[in-house]
Amino acid sequence: MAKITLDKLRHSYLPAPSRPQDYALKEINLDWRDGGAYALLGPSGCGKTTLLNIISGLLTPSEGRVLFDGVDVTGLAPDHRNIAQVFQFPVIYDTMTVRQNLAFPLRNRGLDPRHIKARVDEISEMLELTDLLDRRAAGLGPDTKQKISMGRGLVREDVNVIMFDEPLTVIDPQLKWTLRSKLKELHQKIGVTMIYVTHDQTEALTFADQVVVMQEGEIVQIGTPVELFERPGHTFVGHFIGSPGMNIIPCELRDGTACIGDFPVALAGPVKAVSQDARTEIGIRPEFVKIAGTGLPAVVRKVADLGRYTVIEAMLGEVRVSIIGPEGDAPERGSEIHLQFDPKNTRLYADGWLATEEGETR
Amino acid sequence: MKTVNNRAWLFVLPVVILVAFNALVPLMTVVNYSVQETFGNNLFFWQGLDWFQQVLRSDRFHAALGRQALFTVTILLIEIPLGVVIALAMPRKGVWVSVCLVLMALPLLIPWNVVGSMWNIFTLPDIGLLGYLMNDVLGIPYNMTRDPVAAWATVIAMDVWHWTSLVVLLAYAGLISIPDAYYQAAKIDGATPWAVFRYIQLPKMKRVLTIAILLRFMDSFNIYTEPFVLTGGGPGNSTTLLSIDLVKLALGQFDLGPAAAMSLIYFLITLLVSWVFYTLMTRNEN
Repeated sequence: MAKITLDKLRHSYLPAPSRPQDYALKEINLDWRDGGAYALLGPSGCGKTTLLNIISGLLTPSEGRVLFDGVDVTGLAPDHRNIAQVFQFPVIYDTMTVRQNLAFPLRNRGLDPRHIKARVDEISEMLELTDLLDRRAAGLGPDTKQKISMGRGLVREDVNVIMFDEPLTVIDPQLKWTLRSKLKELHQKIGVTMIYVTHDQTEALTFADQVVVMQEGEIVQIGTPVELFERPGHTFVGHFIGSPGMNIIPCELRDGTACIGDFPVALAGPVKAVSQDARTEIGIRPEFVKIAGTGLPAVVRKVADLGRYTVIEAMLGEVRVSIIGPEGDAPERGSEIHLQFDPKNTRLYADGWLATEEGETR
Repeated sequence: MKTVNNRAWLFVLPVVILVAFNALVPLMTVVNYSVQETFGNNLFFWQGLDWFQQVLRSDRFHAALGRQALFTVTILLIEIPLGVVIALAMPRKGVWVSVCLVLMALPLLIPWNVVGSMWNIFTLPDIGLLGYLMNDVLGIPYNMTRDPVAAWATVIAMDVWHWTSLVVLLAYAGLISIPDAYYQAAKIDGATPWAVFRYIQLPKMKRVLTIAILLRFMDSFNIYTEPFVLTGGGPGNSTTLLSIDLVKLALGQFDLGPAAAMSLIYFLITLLVSWVFYTLMTRNEN
């Protein structure tokens, strides 16, 4: 087990990158605590798999270093890094039994057969594979196969980190939940560092202590699930996490006060220095928008009753705003309403980045 | 009551006619000949299974069958491993992929009788490139029209040259269909190159190799044109494979009855071996 440090990491798939767009990863600096559960979250093509392959050693970065416990491993091959990786599609050795599959990484390292057997028994117990040990791995379902590939990582005692590259893609929805809780349970039991790559916010938020949100090769925010939800550092995070995502409403800055049209909006904290020509927006989650007697005038466009709550979509001028309200007493479609924003959760974003300061209130 | 529309049969009719005329009718004609004796003039005499007994007991048939089996086993033992090795050595990406594929496909595009003629000229002891090289440069006496061993080596070399490409292309298709994740996982698991071959590449190639072996078995077991053009079955009868012997019997001696019986036996052997092999190779699949 190890602490992982990424130092000024950049990567490009092109031979001679020059412009920032040429880089699949743009300067990543990161410190991951030993034994933590981390998630890399972002849309497809944001560079998360590239980053993962650099950590596992399948890819050598164009620039920068990867350190395990302070030791530079950038030039080491995957099998010398003591890492394990579970891929999107289950990788199993078809001709082997489940037991042989689990023993494979240990046999390759020339360990004592008695030790291998003990270790395989222990891990199969943990993963509930004991009954299947002597079955051929080829005929099993995708969830069991994915458990086996996970087991091949867990069976080694010296792993620094186990990485998961969207491991639940091919699993049935009802099994996803079981497998995810199993994973969480295993992490608590064995305490090995785990990195989980996904584009699914639910998976990331339920699995990880810390989520790294990526967009276009950049890290936009690192934080606990609560931080990402309550204080998005970038409009992308606000929009990507939460359902529906954060409302982003264009606004103007007049003497340090944000105004939507002619209405001043109270913010969670003082505005940072923002350049003159920056694009300024208000970010507020639908949960913190209230319908009241006075406030910003808007017209109801759509009402969706989702059972426990109602999602109301209203037009604030040209901008669409989502409001999450309690069940029942929703306004009629087409009716005029007034909106109030909860000041503690209303923030200003300049060119996408958070531009209000606030005390360390957490 | 469900209504049945029998007009659907009309769609199948063209295929039925085609198959009837290119397979069923000729096959039944052969069956017809195999149980009768004819002296021409459309005069036929019932013979029962006599021809079959005669063929199965004849030393000539046993010898040809033995040569045929030896030939097929030899070329399979060379072409399958060689094809796999070449496929493994071929590049997976880049411009060289198409270059290699075209080079590999070239021998397959040459008409069979041309292959025979090419090798005939290639091996002429005095002016052929191979003959000249062996006799005059290396000093190894080589004359494939006189020496049975040289004739065998040449026929086998020709088949390997002509058909290994097919195995290469099939094995290559199997190899490139393996997702990268398998190689990456094997790397992480610390697998040696041999383990990667044994546990990933070979199992993933199993299906295409089954097809490759089946095709090479059937084609080599039925081979006629190339050895006929190259050696004509000689020297003596040393390279007279089953099909060459069959043609000698049918068209050389005009023994239509025994020839028909022999071709049916020949056909059944090919069918039986193919069926047994295919059943064995696919018995573990769902």
